[in-house]
Amino acid sequence: MDVIIWSRLQFAMTAAYHWLFVPLTLGLALVMAVMETIYVVRKDEFWKKTAQFWMKLFAVNFAVGIATGIILEFEFGTNWSNYSWFVGDMFGAPLAIEGILAFFMEATFFAVMFFGWNRVSKRFHLASTWLTGIGATISAYWILVANGWMQNPVGTTFNIDTVRSEMASASAFWEVITNPVAVSKFFHAVSSGWVTGGIFVVGVSAWYLLRGRNRKFAVKSMLIGGIVGLAGSAAVMLSGDSSGVHAAEFQPMKLAAAEGLQDGGRGAAFTIVPGIKVPKMLSILATHDMDGYVPGINDILAGYTDNDGNVIPSVAEKMTRGRAALDALAEYRAARESDPEVAAAARAVVEANMQYMGYGHLSKPEDVVPPVGVVFWAFRFMIGLGMLIALVLLLAVLFSWKDKLEGKKWLLWIAVICIPLAYLCGQCGWIVAEVGRQPWTIQGLLPVNVAISSLSADAVRTTFFVFLAVFALFLAIEIRIMIGAIRKGPEEVKED
Amino acid sequence: MDSRPRKTPSLFSLYRDGFRNMTWGKPLVWLIILKLVILFAVLRVFFFRPAMAGLSEQEKIEAVSGRLTDVDQTQTTNNN
Repeated sequence: MDVIIWSRLQFAMTAAYHWLFVPLTLGLALVMAVMETIYVVRKDEFWKKTAQFWMKLFAVNFAVGIATGIILEFEFGTNWSNYSWFVGDMFGAPLAIEGILAFFMEATFFAVMFFGWNRVSKRFHLASTWLTGIGATISAYWILVANGWMQNPVGTTFNIDTVRSEMASASAFWEVITNPVAVSKFFHAVSSGWVTGGIFVVGVSAWYLLRGRNRKFAVKSMLIGGIVGLAGSAAVMLSGDSSGVHAAEFQPMKLAAAEGLQDGGRGAAFTIVPGIKVPKMLSILATHDMDGYVPGINDILAGYTDNDGNVIPSVAEKMTRGRAALDALAEYRAARESDPEVAAAARAVVEANMQYMGYGHLSKPEDVVPPVGVVFWAFRFMIGLGMLIALVLLLAVLFSWKDKLEGKKWLLWIAVICIPLAYLCGQCGWIVAEVGRQPWTIQGLLPVNVAISSLSADAVRTTFFVFLAVFALFLAIEIRIMIGAIRKGPEEVKED
Repeated sequence: MDSRPRKTPSLFSLYRDGFRNMTWGKPLVWLIILKLVILFAVLRVFFFRPAMAGLSEQEKIEAVSGRLTDVDQTQTTNNN
């Protein structure tokens, strides 16, 4: 395998590893904040001990997950140096804000949350618990602003002299942080974290019930975890709907790949699994119009007219215009000091064709098609698992609400099994988002084979296996500590 | 029941006493320290040297613009 494949594998592994910790942080933060709020309102010591137990598991997850995102930033500089230079402050600014503002906010209140019991007032402690969760959520927003820009590069001015993308004005910054792709990604990712946190609490509580211990604690925790998870599931569906509309608008090839749609059209059907289709459903999901036009892979390659009447050029034409931009860029750089007139003309050509510049690097139009099978099945696993988890959460809420979990061992076992399935579901979501974006690092502007650094495949392969060993070690440590803490259980909670 | 806090502690004393009185959290702190050491003293130093470290700004511009406009090299990597 070449250096591009190894670098992509390494980045994917690091990102997937990072995403093992983030959703539980986001979800558990909300669960324990709700529990502590009940404690402060009702002044019932049971809820304090309950919140403290989940806080302990939150701490284990936080300790092992801390700083895993930094490895991604290391990889940008080492493996993706051309990309890092090209994106300039479009990527640097959101990440810097994330580091300075959200991380420090999170870290500060995290300390009060853990060390402040009996040392600060109840209300200040409660505020710190909420602010820890809010800080983590704000962190996620800035990261997803950066990611959303890669999917839909808005607010960008290409500086032809520095070959960097720049935010030319305050309005450009606003455009970047309100990028519709980033906003829907934020709500989708955060609410999926609530689902993960919710099902984690429900599953662990189910395990206690199966073992016949800590019954009151387990039933009450299951109710709160289930409600948080259900709220997350509803938000995931709503934000998933807007993600679909945005994919249709900004990344139609990703949508076509997720659907395995070779030839599109009006009133397009949604494929549940190959051979089973729901008529017109894809058009409804993608355009909110049952007769809306959804382009397939072949339509995108050949060019089509979208629902607003805009003529979208064929990929071959985009490649021609992209090549013109690249040739003009070379001409500009050669002539900028010796021949201002030639340089000015070349600059005009670059600016006129800039939006297709990345296409100039493609060898053939089919290069824009991502791995369809991977995206298609990851999408189906994501939706299928998400629906299963939502159903389990609903049943958990209903039965724990009425305290009728006796004899429901089947539900309790499914709830336990759903913990790893929730992680699988989240990973599938990221596979759809990131594999579906191929071959681009930045949609339409920079393909992965140009974004890569000049490294040897051997060097990247070596580091890949080093990281795999390190990640596996830390993951094993986390699982061991987590299981130990769960087995020990909330001993101090008084049972009725 | 909670005893009311006597006064708001300073952030320093909050951390100091918090670490001193840790029970189950102590292994986690060591885990965090070990992880940060591996990240910054091993991975960052030996495996993650930024590819353009040591280049001046102008050299970085030339390197990236050269790569952007070298379409022949891209075609080669596409065909691999």
